[in-house]
Amino acid sequence: MKARGKELGIFIIILILIGCSYLQNHSVLSADNLINTGRLIGIYGIMSLGMAFVIITGGIDLSIGSVIALLGVIFSILLVQHHVSPLLTVGIILACGAGLGWGNGILVTKAKMQPFVVTLCGLLLYRGLARFISEDETRGFGSFEGFEWMKALIGNGPFSIPNPLIMLVVLSILMYLLLHKSVYGRYLFACGYNEESARYAGINSKKIITISYVICGLTTGFSAILFALYANSISPSMHGNFYELYAIAAAVLGGCSLRGGEGSIVGVILGTTLLLVLRNLVNMLGIPSSLEFAVMGVVIFIGVFADTLFRKKA
Amino acid sequence: MLKLSGITKRFPGVTALENVSLDLAPGEVVAIIGENGAGKSTLMKILSGVHHADEGTMEFEGAPLMVRTPSDALDKGIRIIYQELSGLDNLDIASNIFLGREHRRGIFVNQKKLNEESRTILKRVGLKVAPETLLRQLSIAEKQLVEIARALSLEVKVLILDEPTSSLTIEETQNLLNLVRELKSQGVAILYITHRLDEVQQIADRVVGLRDGKNAGEMAKEQITKDAMVQMMIGREIKKEDRMAVTGGEVALRLVNFSSARYPNQAVNLEIRYGEIMGMAGLVGAGRSELVRAVYGIDSYRGSIEVAGNPVRIRNPKDAIMHGIFLAPEDRRGCGLTVEMSVKENASMPKLKQLATFGLISLGKEEAYAKNSVALMNVKTATINTKISTLSGGNQQKVVLGRWLAMNPKVLIVDEPTRGIDVGSKAEIYAQLREIASTGTAIWMISSDMEEVINVSDRVAVMHEGNITGVLGRDELSEESVMRLATGGH
Repeated sequence: MKARGKELGIFIIILILIGCSYLQNHSVLSADNLINTGRLIGIYGIMSLGMAFVIITGGIDLSIGSVIALLGVIFSILLVQHHVSPLLTVGIILACGAGLGWGNGILVTKAKMQPFVVTLCGLLLYRGLARFISEDETRGFGSFEGFEWMKALIGNGPFSIPNPLIMLVVLSILMYLLLHKSVYGRYLFACGYNEESARYAGINSKKIITISYVICGLTTGFSAILFALYANSISPSMHGNFYELYAIAAAVLGGCSLRGGEGSIVGVILGTTLLLVLRNLVNMLGIPSSLEFAVMGVVIFIGVFADTLFRKKA
Repeated sequence: MLKLSGITKRFPGVTALENVSLDLAPGEVVAIIGENGAGKSTLMKILSGVHHADEGTMEFEGAPLMVRTPSDALDKGIRIIYQELSGLDNLDIASNIFLGREHRRGIFVNQKKLNEESRTILKRVGLKVAPETLLRQLSIAEKQLVEIARALSLEVKVLILDEPTSSLTIEETQNLLNLVRELKSQGVAILYITHRLDEVQQIADRVVGLRDGKNAGEMAKEQITKDAMVQMMIGREIKKEDRMAVTGGEVALRLVNFSSARYPNQAVNLEIRYGEIMGMAGLVGAGRSELVRAVYGIDSYRGSIEVAGNPVRIRNPKDAIMHGIFLAPEDRRGCGLTVEMSVKENASMPKLKQLATFGLISLGKEEAYAKNSVALMNVKTATINTKISTLSGGNQQKVVLGRWLAMNPKVLIVDEPTRGIDVGSKAEIYAQLREIASTGTAIWMISSDMEEVINVSDRVAVMHEGNITGVLGRDELSEESVMRLATGGH
């Protein structure tokens, strides 16, 4: 019940934010703006979904921004320089994402290293690799010659609904079933609350937690493809910077507890939406873009602080 | 010296205490008895400043007593030792004892002096461990003694002990009771909260009963009998069992030259038969829980395990469960249950895969399964969606037992099955264990409660420092015979 109230709260905040800014600038609700913001919500949302799984185990993944840069660079090199078939390339990128996630999971569960440390090392390592592989040069896809159809991945579908948003909705439904309705999801929450008692109940907690990192790697890989196509200009030292923080902020805003055991798919989607609506409003309302992060920081803080207050009263 | 009158405390939806009165003289030991939820702990928390009374007055040494915070109580010389341990696992014993008031040398801690003084106090409480030992290396019983040592390191006028012996065994309990007597002779007033009635008989000058948050009577020393106390707590009489031992069938579980990590050089041989309740007694530190943890696959082991005559390899609890061995662990809230989850989710946890289609949980099947398991054990809960943390200890334990029972266990291991559980629920759990055994399950019950060991078991294996020093049949069972083996005699 409490979680529902919180999700409703975020939803209302989003509506209020949009409403207030509409009074200032009517183009907030213009078709163009809605479509573009929707596209970004789709891409960032896909990225954040996997993070929620990791956070529910009580872990964290700080490396996904760098992974998005590394996989983006590899994606471009394979397609443009080596003319690998687009479908195979997509498969390779997803497999790489899953593999990196699996590595994190093994280090956390088998080697018993702390997730923060493991993925902090990943953040540095993958960023360095991205720059090395690309020879520190900006990569892109030019005019998508030979794989024009891939442009549609970030384009618009029926009724001008951006395809990334459609993909997010489909993926969210699958993730919702996995997290809230499946045996795996139940076990994940059990491990997040209390790994010891999960083990006593016969759950292979190491496997469950490792899989959560693989899921995070997969969604990271998927979003890396979309981010790369969307940017069409991957600067290996800049691309994906701070994205892990977007994902963590979205998850926390949406009700995930960094202590583990709590979180929901609906919450993560709403958290992502709030962040991106906020970013859009900063642009639309003529607030200096240098303040963008400051505004987001303040809003996340207020959200979490208000939640803490409500929790004390409840 | 200490006088409480008309204390009333209400929590949302429940009156925890109603018009409770209590007085205490220097050098007096007053035992407070009552079932779980009778209000004992709330009363103590009011005395120590954690809660505040809604009505009523407190007097201490002739003056009105105001305790707004726990430190007010400490300043007055009122010390409470809680049932739940509050020590810091990452610090050593000496640092725990003197936490917040370390001896200093300039800005540095005078560790040498801390250790010296700790050694003296530890000797006084009968804990034979170096003060440099980290708290996390100690057993629950030893940690309890550190808590007591911490209380004794300050001036004490009133000492409140909340279930101090619930995890101690015979020897440690006797040490503690001697300690209480010594403090009493020094003029300390002691409030002693316990479920263990024989301890009350041994040390109490007076017994105060609580029932449903109200005074349920008082007894002077010469009136104290077990029956009278039980009567006062629950208002009905419990018959003492006089029965024949059940002779087990085939061997369900056999340990051959089995050693756990705690005692790698001691090899244990043990057989438990279908249909019997094998009790396991011993002092804390004898290695009973470690033995069980190894059999259940939590810790590593050497030697071999046979289930129904077949050798099996158990690397984790999953393996144990697959071979039909189930454990209801000692630490119910930490290991046995996921307290943040509902009764249903806890009950169905190990069976979930069979209650799902293509990995998706079938809500209907899960509910039916959970309802069945709750009904099997007669768990008292509002609904199966109730959060398990709101259930009483006895009902929580029944959920743990119920979820294994519903899986037709070959061997059911229960480690301290009634720790911290009130008398009424205890009897119910004993009856259920007997019923489970009668369906052919082999039950292995570890217990530090002598009465429980003697009354419930068909046979009792006694451990001493990693060895099984003897297995007693029901006719040989007595407090003396168990004690002799537990202390290493024959």
